[in-house]
Amino acid sequence: MPHPDTTTPGLSLDEAQARALFARAQEACRDAEIEVTLAATVSELTRFANNTIHQNVAEQHVSLSVRTQTADGRMARATTNRIDPDGIRAVVARAGELSRLQQPDPEALPMAAPQTIVPVPRFFPATAAFSPADRAAVVGEIVREADRHHFTTAGIVANQQNALAIFNSRGLQAFHRETSAEYSITMLADDSSGWAKGNAPDVSSLAPVAAARRAAEKARLSAAPVELAPGRYTVILEPAAVLDLMGFLFYDFGGLSVLDQRSFLTGRTRTKLFGDNITIHDDVAHPLQSGAPFDGEGVPRRVATLVEAGTVRDLVYARQTAARMQREHPDLQATPTGHGFPLPNEYGEAPGNIVVQGGTSSLDAMIAGTERGILVTRLWYIREVDPFKKILTGMTRDGTFLVEDGKLRCGVRNFRFNQSMVEMLNQVDALGVSERTSGEESFDMVVPPMRVRDFNFTEVTRF
Amino acid sequence: MRELAGWALDAAMGSGAGYADVRVLSERHRSLSTKNGKVGHVGDEESVGLGIRVLRDGAWGFAATDRLDRESIQRTAAHALSIARASRTVCRTPVVLAPEAAHQAVWHGPCDVDPFSIPVDENVGLLLEVDAVLRGVAGVTLAEADLDFRRQHQVFLSSQGSDIEQTRHLSGGGYAALCFAGDEIQKRSYPNSFGGQFQLAGYELIARLQLLANARRVAEEAVALSRALQCPQQVGTLILDSSQLGLQIHESIGHPIELDRVLGMEANFAGTSFLTLDQLRRLRYGSELVNVVADGRLEHGPGLGTLAFDDEGVPAQCTDIIRGGEFVGYIHSRETAAMVGESRSNGCMRAESWNRIPLIRMTNISILPGKQELSPEELIASTDDGVYMETNRSWSIDDKRFNFQFGCELGWEIKHGKRTRMLKNPSYSGITTEFWNLMDAICSRAHWTLWGTPNCGKGQPQQTMGTGHGAAPARFRNVRIGTAYQS
Repeated sequence: MPHPDTTTPGLSLDEAQARALFARAQEACRDAEIEVTLAATVSELTRFANNTIHQNVAEQHVSLSVRTQTADGRMARATTNRIDPDGIRAVVARAGELSRLQQPDPEALPMAAPQTIVPVPRFFPATAAFSPADRAAVVGEIVREADRHHFTTAGIVANQQNALAIFNSRGLQAFHRETSAEYSITMLADDSSGWAKGNAPDVSSLAPVAAARRAAEKARLSAAPVELAPGRYTVILEPAAVLDLMGFLFYDFGGLSVLDQRSFLTGRTRTKLFGDNITIHDDVAHPLQSGAPFDGEGVPRRVATLVEAGTVRDLVYARQTAARMQREHPDLQATPTGHGFPLPNEYGEAPGNIVVQGGTSSLDAMIAGTERGILVTRLWYIREVDPFKKILTGMTRDGTFLVEDGKLRCGVRNFRFNQSMVEMLNQVDALGVSERTSGEESFDMVVPPMRVRDFNFTEVTRF
Repeated sequence: MRELAGWALDAAMGSGAGYADVRVLSERHRSLSTKNGKVGHVGDEESVGLGIRVLRDGAWGFAATDRLDRESIQRTAAHALSIARASRTVCRTPVVLAPEAAHQAVWHGPCDVDPFSIPVDENVGLLLEVDAVLRGVAGVTLAEADLDFRRQHQVFLSSQGSDIEQTRHLSGGGYAALCFAGDEIQKRSYPNSFGGQFQLAGYELIARLQLLANARRVAEEAVALSRALQCPQQVGTLILDSSQLGLQIHESIGHPIELDRVLGMEANFAGTSFLTLDQLRRLRYGSELVNVVADGRLEHGPGLGTLAFDDEGVPAQCTDIIRGGEFVGYIHSRETAAMVGESRSNGCMRAESWNRIPLIRMTNISILPGKQELSPEELIASTDDGVYMETNRSWSIDDKRFNFQFGCELGWEIKHGKRTRMLKNPSYSGITTEFWNLMDAICSRAHWTLWGTPNCGKGQPQQTMGTGHGAAPARFRNVRIGTAYQS
């Protein structure tokens, strides 16, 4: 039963308001092209630990960000959250002043022309209206689940409304609004723990209490963990663990990253780098995805096939990167894909709506088909050790199990890994069905569970 | 700003809060970067808003807004109270705050030269000069440089009578040269990785960093690394430069001593801590040379954790954390201090901005320098066989802060008291208390630097905070070296 709350603020930006604010900014801009990015957020989060709500917060804000650009390509950005007439005039003046102090940039393109953007409906009133009392009710049910097992629980239940608008003086108009709801639940037993997380635009599609049961079951099954020697193991990675690793790949798929020779794909585009069973798309319109259907310049996001049957196929490009790539590597036939960051920036672009193609297996089938291996629920504190070999280090966390003879045998102490992603994606021998997944180390994606041979665990910790 | 804060406080207390505090914060941020001879970005951002934190019937509520008219502020206060009512429905033990006197103060942090008074073209000019020197070294494939400046002006009012106004200027800058050579990418950064050095200071910091003077050496090291020997796997003697030791402190001392982690409040995200309450004044954390303090006072230096009062209105203090190797202290909030029977918080509650609640955060967590005069050169000269490592490249530690692994940008083999061959891809790993007990030398005060870590993440919603870490080069025996490349 919902608990309406009249004190909860509404989202303070609709398309008409955004257009009016842009008009005011444009009036104040006399001698340059102007682009205005407006972002509004209402965000609420209830946090619990030790079976108690211990933090409970709400924030609302709006920002108005102005990019001005002169005819010779000098540009700068100024941002404010003062959206009254004086605040707008001041931020436009500041952006203009900063622009004029820059050097001319002959490579800068004029601002984007008007675009056709296919909307993706991701705003759910029920999520927007989810109140502090609604969140507390969910937390109460999670706590009851913990109490049933004599566990302690910690986590969050949160909901958010966002609006994003980009307008420019060439007539481009882009507007998107969406909601998101999220839970993350840790169940703690004496010497073990379990975890589950979910995120979706529609709060009614989430099942946090069922997730609390799964987390509790993991904590129960991993009690009294045994210590195994580090070494190469077959691992079964749950989707959250796959997401956390995969997230470290995708900045390297930006065209500018390759041009700058900071990407592990430098000299490796259009080559077979991974196993035949690895296919990855970027697709903002995928039904399990979230986010705006346009990039930081208002250019619509196109579907990109990043990896096809193990071969690196497409990079993604902001407009300026595509133009440069056409000049320097015409064989790649680069065109803008709608993945650029807001300008000016030094990083170019990156895909952000990753869909990793799944297979026909399942977690249960992978466990049943494994003679000896490790089941990993979640990874933690992943960092890049080597940018070209793409070696990542990190820890397992909150539910790490020994699998023997097709069954979960027991919990094990957490491992540290040092694993090359290039090597790992050649050693995937089973893929489950892809699902919308949330982790803590990367952005949300659509990924499957994976079984990987010879995963490199190098150390064991004390719990 | 005081008037806005007063409206908010009156509205919260008038609506039935048992306790309330309000922060109104106005922040200005300028950031600039260059890359390969061109401007990367130039940005200027301002933000002003207020956050209202209330306790009602022993349960917390917080609401923040950037709509600063009276009606919106009153609505935000009402929302904070509504949230606190919801919190009360799943609350086992009412919150109690450790006592704190009411304080009235106006404080300005150190700033000799207002960074916002420096023309942007002068900022960009400096970065482009550095960039030209970096790219003047054959083999450098990417040069990046940046500057970053913030001014934070905050008014804090509490229902217990505190009225505190603070202004802090934060400045930072640095650069990196990268070398892509066939099948590897090597990088050297100056004066530190991940953006350089950051302090509570004005533009005078940038002059002190001697950015131009070091650019050629740094670029040459990046290129030399691509031809250097791979750091071997071994158990041996390790010497860390002060910046890497600063990050080692951050991860393996600074986070474990946060009492909210210890008490399970961060279990879902940042994790917990091996420093359970029974370890206090019992655990031998390190060797007798290990003396660590949490010190937010200006006397400690202009660190990113230097302040006059924290965001609960508690004055900055110096707390012994490790004394002669013994673990003796945590960092607190008023709430956690009361939970463990401390008479007072030691002033470590800090919020990222006006729209976030304060959390227990490191101030300046620093290892004290050695009492005996010892320079880095003398430290190396007294080492027969080992590896010297400089400037962090990767960092990772488990969620209870036992097992860590760090990679550095540059290593040197040490043989018979001399630096001999350059080593690429150096790394080391260990268990926190085992590692700190292996420390057998630390350089003296003249070689101690207060480093700024600008990117510490914690909390849900996540907050990024700047922390300070004073450190001097130090030596550790019998350390696992080269583990990151173990195959």
